[in-house]
Amino acid sequence: MSRTNGLLMSATIVCAGLMLAAAFGALVLAPNAVGLTPDETFAQRIIYFHVPSAWLSMLAFGITTIASIAYLVTARRFWDSVAVSSAEIGIVFTLAATASGSLWAKPAWNTWWTWDPRLTTYTIMFLLYVAYFMLRSALEDPARRARFAAVYGIFAFLSVPITFMSIRWWRTIHPILIDSKDFGLSRGMLPVFFLSLIAFTALYVILLIYRVRLERTREQVDALRERFGY
Amino acid sequence: MSFWHVVGAIVWKDIRAELRTKDIFSSMFVFALLSVIVFNFAFELRVPAMKMVVPGIVWVAISFAGTLGLNRALVIEQDKGSLAGLLLAPVDRSAIYFGKLLGNLLFMFAVEIVILPLVMVFYNLSLLSADHLLVLLLGTYGFAAVGTVFAAIAVNTRAREVMLPILLFPVLLPVLIAGVKMTGALLDGEALSTLGNWLQIMAVYDIGFTVVAYLTFGYVMEE
Amino acid sequence: MSHTDATRRAAMARPADGPAMIELRKLTKAFGSKTALRGIDLRVAPGESLVIFGPNGAGKTTLIRILANLSRPTSGKVLIGGLDLAAHADGIRRYLGVVSHAPLLYDSLTAEENLRFFARLYDLADPQARIAEMLALVGLTGRRHDLVRTFSRGMVQRLAIARALLHDPQVLLLDEPDTGLDPQAAEMLHGLLVQLSRAAASSPDAMRTIVTVTHSIERGLAIADRSVILAGGQIVFEGSTAGMTAADFRPLYDRYVGGGR
Repeated sequence: MSRTNGLLMSATIVCAGLMLAAAFGALVLAPNAVGLTPDETFAQRIIYFHVPSAWLSMLAFGITTIASIAYLVTARRFWDSVAVSSAEIGIVFTLAATASGSLWAKPAWNTWWTWDPRLTTYTIMFLLYVAYFMLRSALEDPARRARFAAVYGIFAFLSVPITFMSIRWWRTIHPILIDSKDFGLSRGMLPVFFLSLIAFTALYVILLIYRVRLERTREQVDALRERFGY
Repeated sequence: MSFWHVVGAIVWKDIRAELRTKDIFSSMFVFALLSVIVFNFAFELRVPAMKMVVPGIVWVAISFAGTLGLNRALVIEQDKGSLAGLLLAPVDRSAIYFGKLLGNLLFMFAVEIVILPLVMVFYNLSLLSADHLLVLLLGTYGFAAVGTVFAAIAVNTRAREVMLPILLFPVLLPVLIAGVKMTGALLDGEALSTLGNWLQIMAVYDIGFTVVAYLTFGYVMEE
Repeated sequence: MSHTDATRRAAMARPADGPAMIELRKLTKAFGSKTALRGIDLRVAPGESLVIFGPNGAGKTTLIRILANLSRPTSGKVLIGGLDLAAHADGIRRYLGVVSHAPLLYDSLTAEENLRFFARLYDLADPQARIAEMLALVGLTGRRHDLVRTFSRGMVQRLAIARALLHDPQVLLLDEPDTGLDPQAAEMLHGLLVQLSRAAASSPDAMRTIVTVTHSIERGLAIADRSVILAGGQIVFEGSTAGMTAADFRPLYDRYVGGGR
């Protein structure tokens, strides 16, 4: 136990180092984007935070779905812990990506919000997982909660791409506002960008491990409580 | 063979009970009618021609009424413990799913058959064409396919009346968007053949989620 | 449990030598951190009528629900007719009949329609004759075209028994079938159950195994070959109570369930 603790601690420190390096890279090392207004140039740097956050939220919800399927197949509580932990991290980073996106949108498009396909899909996704947590909190028996949440998690995740497609077609008159070519990352930006992508993914893994351990501890506390009648 | 035998028995039972009480139909119908009327006042002064918002009104009315009906249908099963009676029987869980799905679908169609002529009269337009009906059929199916599973989930939660729309609407969005888009385009005189993308999205949704529902419904039913 | 309890149980539990119709092995059920059943071991012989007594919250209903395959045990095994319930659920359901305190019937269908619906689910060969037979058995032939909604509680419960027996199950599970009945209706229902348990004992071809959960000691004893007392999710007493009266049994019950409540 103490050895895994030690390992996790070192991994956490490495992850923190990566995050710091990514922040330093994003704010200092990365070159300015060319051809933008001063405001935009500054705001453009959120890309090192915004895109990794968005990627992370998708990754997290994807892991939730896989863990949900694994739970239905094996009925092992561990997978339910992974599913709920990952979904929680996913929701946090969905909010982070939305907030950072707004910070970019204001100088670039002169609005905090627009009903662009990605933004809209993202909002719906956020609502899907809010519903996921509301469902969980409305069920008492843990086995049933895990089962129902797993089923809903699968439906929710599969609906995201269909929603994205439908909103994209729906809004054909709008210019596609965010396009990968729009940013056209220059050579100096790429290393920093990938560094933050790696740092965020590491952060996700570390958070997930801590969160799952927390869930397990909570179960053990409950079991002890039951044994000694509070 | 006996799979459809069971599905038939469940549908027969649901229709039989509904013909007697008209519980589900009446609540759905009244609610759909109310939505249509409320939307009329909500939009009237701000929209140049009401015709422009009719697709939205139709689909929102169907969704609201459908949610009500799904809830009702499952609450009826749950309250007298009759769902447990179903589960005790040596029948495939997915047969129960398709039985309830077909029943829900029939009730929704019944409401649509009554509410659509009223919408046509209120807004002086026609929704009576094979294309319109196909779109309605596909959309209603998608709604019921997902809704039947979620209603079975919601009925077991603490806040069951509130839970169903919260679970259902975000997942339902593609059907709503495609439905509104197609109904609107058809009303504007476009041909269904130009709406292939949208038909595809609905078809993918309908088929995809029927498969997922088929695979997962057993987990929702057991306790 | 103490040593003396274990020896007493060993002395009183007898009929477990032949093949068991129902066998529970180390059955536990937890709802989250709440444990409803803790390691239940139990065998019920074919044709035997077993009655499970116990105070509220003892885990009686949970046990019946697990036997009926409406609820999955957290750990342990249920064997019915030698088959693992978890693995052969679909096959075993055909041989189970359940009467619970909820009627499991549809309010807005008539008595006959209810039975016809379940006859179709169980895919009976000659549903019409069987339905008539069951209606006669529970004395509802005259009311067969009336909606269940118009029935008294006692009639509903009798119809529930007809539903449970419709497919001639080899195992009958009764979960407090007399809940909410007035004394007269309860008496009538009881008569029916006595008749069923006698039939099970006398005719080897009928061989219906009956497990009843109840808190009514008088009624329970009248239909029991053997009794079990469940308290706190554990079996605290198990033994033959055939021929025992309520007066004999009551002190036993009080001792095991413990007046210290």
